[in-house]
Amino acid sequence: MKNPNSKLEEFVDAKSIKRKSVVAFCIFFLMLVVGFATWKWINNQPTDQGALRPLRKVLDVNEKFFSAFFDSTKLVKEYPLSAAAKKVRVNGIEGIRDNVDEDTWRLNVIKDNGDTLKITLDEIKLLPKKNIVFDFKCIEGWSQVTHWAGVPLKEFMKHYHLKNEAMKKYVGLSTPDHGYYVGIDMPSALHPQTLLCYEMNGKALPKIQGYPLRLIIPVKYGVKHLKRIGTMYFSDKKPADYWAERGYDYYTGH
Amino acid sequence: MKKKILHKHPLVIRWFHWLNFPILALMIWSGLLIYWANDVYKISFGQTLVFHFFPENFYKTFNISFHLAEGMSWHFALMWLFFINGILYVAYTLISGEWRYLLPDKNSFKEAWQVLLHDLHIRKFHPTQIKYNGAQKIAYTLIIVMGVGSIVSGLAIYKPVQFNWAMNVCGGYGNARGIHFILTIGYVLFFLVHIVQVIRAGWNNFQAMVTGFEIFKSTKAEQHEES
Repeated sequence: MKNPNSKLEEFVDAKSIKRKSVVAFCIFFLMLVVGFATWKWINNQPTDQGALRPLRKVLDVNEKFFSAFFDSTKLVKEYPLSAAAKKVRVNGIEGIRDNVDEDTWRLNVIKDNGDTLKITLDEIKLLPKKNIVFDFKCIEGWSQVTHWAGVPLKEFMKHYHLKNEAMKKYVGLSTPDHGYYVGIDMPSALHPQTLLCYEMNGKALPKIQGYPLRLIIPVKYGVKHLKRIGTMYFSDKKPADYWAERGYDYYTGH
Repeated sequence: MKKKILHKHPLVIRWFHWLNFPILALMIWSGLLIYWANDVYKISFGQTLVFHFFPENFYKTFNISFHLAEGMSWHFALMWLFFINGILYVAYTLISGEWRYLLPDKNSFKEAWQVLLHDLHIRKFHPTQIKYNGAQKIAYTLIIVMGVGSIVSGLAIYKPVQFNWAMNVCGGYGNARGIHFILTIGYVLFFLVHIVQVIRAGWNNFQAMVTGFEIFKSTKAEQHEES
């Protein structure tokens, strides 16, 4: 029978086989050592905002890479009203532990020129209202189809002539007590499905869901959907972000 | 004195193979750190729970609990290496013609069955092979398909809007996470079988993954070990 391996076979000097084997194993063990050393080195690096510095750098590169082809015409899938959960999951209460006084609450919008707009909920409700039923996704890995309504942030900014502000790279949001705060890149903030939201399941937001006004930004994980917005500001530098300071990715965009 | 050798694994393939080992191991580890935050998968028979992924002592043993951020930072860094290494491997096998040894053909399935019978000691005869037997061809091709599956389902979870095609291919966001998880379990099972087979095949086969060649004990030995 013809040997099917004949093309792959060769007669070689035994000494040369031995030499080649030794070299190959030396390189193999050397790479093993290099691999372990790299692992140790990365783990011994200081942390940058809670993440090991080399990994934080990669997260920042990922952000640049993926935001470069962020396409705001791509919409998050919307569901029929009947698909929305009645019991909506609550995951965090940072920044909304104390009570909110509905009469004195204002949305403070810090403008480029230093002025602060103080806007009431009733004024926001006068703006065009949009409903959205979408799959709300948490960074922990769960998701839930939920129903929200409010004014698209893009329309809000247009109405209040925040033209210069829209030229900035980021929007910063924070709760009235500054206990929770997020930073959002402008393209995601101006995405047509991003809402200043005041309704859930057709009713006023429950306190635990951020009454009177929260952010709903379907192109981001739940960590960015800040509840009970107190202040909104604009910046070319990355605004402080609660979870990004604790080792998480800043962008967390979809 | 001259000895006969079989040129088995080209240098680049050895590099791809050994690089993939720690990369995939760390991807699985960091993936577990992420999975822990919403560890919903289980096997149940009717109402009876058979196995929960994963029991508390598993998390404890491997120090998995409360490391979600760390898991994500590693996972989203190493994903590049996993992806690039995989792409280069596939590209190399295609360009070099090495794919001819790896891609199963219509005989491979029959051959794989014969290999299985042989390995279970039901049958003495082992089919002759060039580099890889039918069972290996199927396994080593399947693992590439699984790799593609991990990348597509991973993209669907990572950027479900920008890569909505990936999410649609997976049948939705929740399914993408399920597929991503099942494929990971698949890698672990593959690894276990792979290790057993490598041990069974012996030193000559194993060292070929480092040196590139198998050495024949004597020139008349035409048959070499399986790998």
